[in-house]
Amino acid sequence: MLNMFEVIETNNMIEQEKLDVRTITLGISLLDCCDSDLDAVNEKIYKRITTVARDLVSTGAAIEREFGIPIVNKRISVTPIALVGGAACKTPEDFVTIAKTLDRAAKEVGVNFIGGYSALVCKGMTKAEENLIRSIPQALACTERVCSSVNVGSTKTGINMDAVNLMGTIVKETAEATKEVDSLGCAKLVVFCNAPDDNPFMAGAFHGVTEADAVINVGVSGPGVVKVALEKARGQNFEVLCETIKKTAFKITRVGQLVAQEASKRLGVPFGIIDLSLAPTPAVGDSVAEILEEIGLERVGAPGTTAALAMLNDQVKKGGVMASSYVGGLSGAFIPVSEDQGMIDAVTLGALTIEKLEAMTCVCSVGLDMIAIPGDTAATTIAGIIADEAAIGMVNQKTTAVRIIPVIGKGVGDTVEFGGLLGYAPVMPVNPYSCEKFVTRGGRIPAPIHSFKN
Amino acid sequence: MSKAIITVVGKDTVGIIARVCTYLADNQINILDISQTIVQGYFNMMMIVDITGAQERFGDLVEGIEKLGGEIGVRIKCQKEEIFTSMHRI
Repeated sequence: MLNMFEVIETNNMIEQEKLDVRTITLGISLLDCCDSDLDAVNEKIYKRITTVARDLVSTGAAIEREFGIPIVNKRISVTPIALVGGAACKTPEDFVTIAKTLDRAAKEVGVNFIGGYSALVCKGMTKAEENLIRSIPQALACTERVCSSVNVGSTKTGINMDAVNLMGTIVKETAEATKEVDSLGCAKLVVFCNAPDDNPFMAGAFHGVTEADAVINVGVSGPGVVKVALEKARGQNFEVLCETIKKTAFKITRVGQLVAQEASKRLGVPFGIIDLSLAPTPAVGDSVAEILEEIGLERVGAPGTTAALAMLNDQVKKGGVMASSYVGGLSGAFIPVSEDQGMIDAVTLGALTIEKLEAMTCVCSVGLDMIAIPGDTAATTIAGIIADEAAIGMVNQKTTAVRIIPVIGKGVGDTVEFGGLLGYAPVMPVNPYSCEKFVTRGGRIPAPIHSFKN
Repeated sequence: MSKAIITVVGKDTVGIIARVCTYLADNQINILDISQTIVQGYFNMMMIVDITGAQERFGDLVEGIEKLGGEIGVRIKCQKEEIFTSMHRI
């Protein structure tokens, strides 16, 4: 039978160490909403989402109340819209109508984000996919809850450099289109390499074409719990350190597994995966940077940061994998700058640079995330940053991504306030030398030699 | 059997257990186990209760008992047992 010590430990994790379930994301396939008539597509999409997700928010709230664990976000991911709207949308403006429909459906069912305004163009772009990509700046400017992502490369196909170059321009245009709100649109736009089909985290969530009609994916969190556990292992060797992280990750993930199973049972939707990521928030004590500092770095960004992060990421996975029957999504430690107080402090002090963040993305999940850069950064330079990240993902057979915000009207030394879970960020300097001739060559970078495994 | 864990934490005062038990009795909830201790004047109690017959109205029970805690001046939480067993038992 349970003892008081165990009960208090769990409740301390929730109340003092900010353990929560970060998101229950309901993936919905919209493939059966395809139609050649634009109005019909919009109507089918709205009906399908509002029917399947009708009870998502109330079910999440009930689980939250009964188990006493906060479930911060309830969200929806849908089939990449470039596929769903391909037959009906002849222009970027046509696609914008679907973005508005998604936004309306999200508001109707009460979710705070809906992901899947996406195109998968890792090898080539269809006309419809190009139209969707070109519609992104307008779509993100005229909606509140829609999130967009584009997959521009993979280990199997190489990198679509035409798409990379286009995305440099699109990120810049999105920043311009939302300049009234500090270019916030870019916080809802992710450029991926090796994008997973079952990621529950925004802004990069979409419901992959290999998925079933509907599926529940859950993202757990808990950097604060890991940090407090590590405080008790100060001065100990790596064996003790790794054991502590693994045990903590196991406990955190078990909670996610429980919530996922409950949600799946109550909604009558199959359980997909648990995403093991440590996802920080701007709240003090909910930071991945603080974990790295607890491990022994004076500031995140100091020499040793990449090694510490590699170890952390690996131990989180090892502990988490045993706690869940299915693990997927991104699963690792997130290092978004604006959403992590420790990262923000390190950038302000000059301890952490974009180049160091890039190195860190080689060993953790995702990539350059929520980084504010000067608004006058050239589109081709942004494309170069995307190409670098995609290359890291392609060669290392992992997911990488870029969510970067060129803040129009601001430069190095300024701070940008995004609000809520998105936090705030100091504008970081970018290498001023051009890569224009490189990114505008056109065509693809071929897949690396080690992808040929057949 | 379906179980829930009730935890009570707060400054010690007369009649905490009595009032919590009365509330549970009024709601036909059977108590299976109680452990209680005082640490530096602070009251800590954990109860394991049977909620098999109260599944439908469990949400109301959680709210009701939290409200009772407010009246007594202590913090009371009622959570389904699985959150603890999933974390601490393989």
